[in-house]
Amino acid sequence: MKRFLCIWFALMLSVAAQGKQSDPPDSIYHLEAQLTNQAGQLHGIDVHRGSPVLVTMFYGSCPVACPLLIDTLRAVERSIPDAQRKTLRVLMISVDPEHDMPPMLAKLAQQRRIDTSRWTLARADAATVRKIAALLNVQYRKLPNGGYNHSSIITLLSPKGNIVMQSSVLGRSDEALLEAIRALDHE
Amino acid sequence: MNKITPLAALTVFTAAWATAGASPSKVAADAPLQLTIPSGAFESVLPPASGVKTTTVQKFRMDAVPVTNEQFARFVALHPEWRRDRVARVFADREYLSHWTSAAPVEPQQRHQPVVRVSWFAASAYCEARGARLPTWHEWEYVAAASASARDARKNDEWRQTILSWYSKSARGSLPEVGQTPANYYGVRDMHGLVWEWVDDLSAMFVAGDNRQQDDPNALRYCGAGALTMEQKENYATLMRIAMLSSMQASHTSATMGFRCVTDLGASQ
Repeated sequence: MKRFLCIWFALMLSVAAQGKQSDPPDSIYHLEAQLTNQAGQLHGIDVHRGSPVLVTMFYGSCPVACPLLIDTLRAVERSIPDAQRKTLRVLMISVDPEHDMPPMLAKLAQQRRIDTSRWTLARADAATVRKIAALLNVQYRKLPNGGYNHSSIITLLSPKGNIVMQSSVLGRSDEALLEAIRALDHE
Repeated sequence: MNKITPLAALTVFTAAWATAGASPSKVAADAPLQLTIPSGAFESVLPPASGVKTTTVQKFRMDAVPVTNEQFARFVALHPEWRRDRVARVFADREYLSHWTSAAPVEPQQRHQPVVRVSWFAASAYCEARGARLPTWHEWEYVAAASASARDARKNDEWRQTILSWYSKSARGSLPEVGQTPANYYGVRDMHGLVWEWVDDLSAMFVAGDNRQQDDPNALRYCGAGALTMEQKENYATLMRIAMLSSMQASHTSATMGFRCVTDLGASQ
């Protein structure tokens, strides 16, 4: 069993290494990051590799802009044809590793009726969050009251992890973002 | 990731030993000297939130001088994914380490110069390999507030002038070696007068005008209380640092941007 695990592990490593090598030079999937999702499962930032992904950063206890962020992502989903909606994935990464543990993320997913077969809510340690924010050009700062101040940007990633476009439109679906999703599908 | 860090640090040490041959004193000279910075409170030019004046810094250890070309070259030799001919473009721009004559070795005269043309990602990776990290802005600013004799000399006009005159000096010609400026109150050198330095919380270096909340149609881009305003506008030297840092992206490099590492001590996370 142990041996099997070793072989399996080596195999996974080589698969992961190949994945990295074949990524375009400016793919954010080069980042080796360990994330944990709402179900407590570990995965990389490339959890939705192979699909177009909308990525945002948020924090669970955020009162105004973050609920709006979820509404905006929903609006984008509603505005695209069924076939595209099936392939599109959403990755929301918390900037608040202290509070947003998997049970909190699971609760948020349940409260907001999030379909976790297509959406992933994830957390990572503080150093990893910094690197992800740096890759996505997301600015954030922890406030003394325990809250966060962060830019609410929606990033569209190509199936290989390239940043296709970023939108800061909130409350409705950004036409330019919809256009970019459509264009990606035709590539 | 945390699990492998001590091992990586050990590897760096072992390599330092190997390259230094049989001379233990050389090894000691290669291990970066860190100094303990006691905890304290101060008024940052970037207060933690509007209405909150005081920033508290926990005790930590800071490199006495910026990281040198030689130290960075050793790291690159052990972590070839950070060679300039192999680094993923998403982590470093085309100028990354372009002052080196080849991808690996360093010219003798460059050895003790601060390494520059390193991206934030590369600087972070170097510190992590040592079991350390980049300083936060507040940690950096806290130590940079010290003169040779005072913990916080920022209200001292003479000291302020000295710093400004350093900044106004021409940056042409080759960089001086590290450790040439006078030691400050903590024994730390080169906080001013040598290179700009990366900070860990680069993503937090955003500054807003005074009326963002009222006038900015994109105010909702920020979840929470909006961006900060800067205090102490007379503190030009520090504000220049912030302007420089907030203009850089994490993959950018510059001929005058270097870094140093810090290590956590005690109760601070």
